Amino acid sequence: MIKILLFAELQEEAGTDQVEVDKAGVTVNEVKSWLQKQYNLTALENTMIAINESYADENEVVKDGDVIAFIPPVSGG
Amino acid sequence: MSQLFDIKDTPLSIEEVVEKVTRRECGAIATFIGTVRELTHGKRTLKLEYQAYKPMAIKMLEQIGQEVRDKWPGSTIAITHRVGTLDISEIAVIIAVSTPHRKAAYEANEYAMERIKQIVPIWKKEFWEDGTKWVGDQLEQTAYPEGKPSIKGEEND
Repeated sequence: MIKILLFAELQEEAGTDQVEVDKAGVTVNEVKSWLQKQYNLTALENTMIAINESYADENEVVKDGDVIAFIPPVSGG
Repeated sequence: MSQLFDIKDTPLSIEEVVEKVTRRECGAIATFIGTVRELTHGKRTLKLEYQAYKPMAIKMLEQIGQEVRDKWPGSTIAITHRVGTLDISEIAVIIAVSTPHRKAAYEANEYAMERIKQIVPIWKKEFWEDGTKWVGDQLEQTAYPEGKPSIKGEEND
C-alpha cells in the first residue's frame, strides 16, 4: 500500500486529504493518472511530487509504504 | 534550544523568533515580518487561510537554513510560519537572521523569503468579498518548467 496526500485545491476537489491504495511498483506518473481519473481532478497537471517528504521525479517507482504528496504551486509567505 | 524552524497555528511572536538567533558574536539581526494585506490590485481580502504539509515544510525550511549558512558563513537564521485562518494585518511569517555585520543579514533574510515562496509546501487560500481561491504561485504561473521550483528569485510577494 502507498499513502497519497492531497493539499489545497486538490484536497477540496477530491473531498479528502489522503488516500491509501495498492499501487506499489508503479511510477509516480501512473499513480497520478489513476488519481486524476478516480477523482476527476483538474489541478493535477501543475503539481510537484514529493516521496516521503522529499521532492521527487515523476518517473520514480513507488515502493510499499511510501507517502506520495501532490504539491500544488506553493504560496507561503 | 527551541527549534529554529517552526510551523504554528497560533499567533506568532517577533521577540520569540529574534531570541532564537541572538548571539554574542552577532552585530546585526535583520527581521522580516510578512503580514496579511487587505488590498491586492484593488481587490479586498477579508481573511486568509494557510495550510502546510508540516513535516516536509519544516524540512524545507531547514534546507533553506543550510543554504543560508553556506552562502553567508557565520549567520544564524530562524523562521516561523503561521497556518490556519488569519485576519488582515496578522503575521503570516517571521524570518530573523543574525550575522556579524549588517549587509549579510539583509541579504540572507531576503534570500530566505524568496526560497520560501519556491520550495516550502505551504498554501494560501484567499477569501474575497465575492469568492475564494487557493492561490498558486503569485505570478499566476502555475507550471514549473524545470519540474521543480527554480532557485532563482521571483518578483512575487
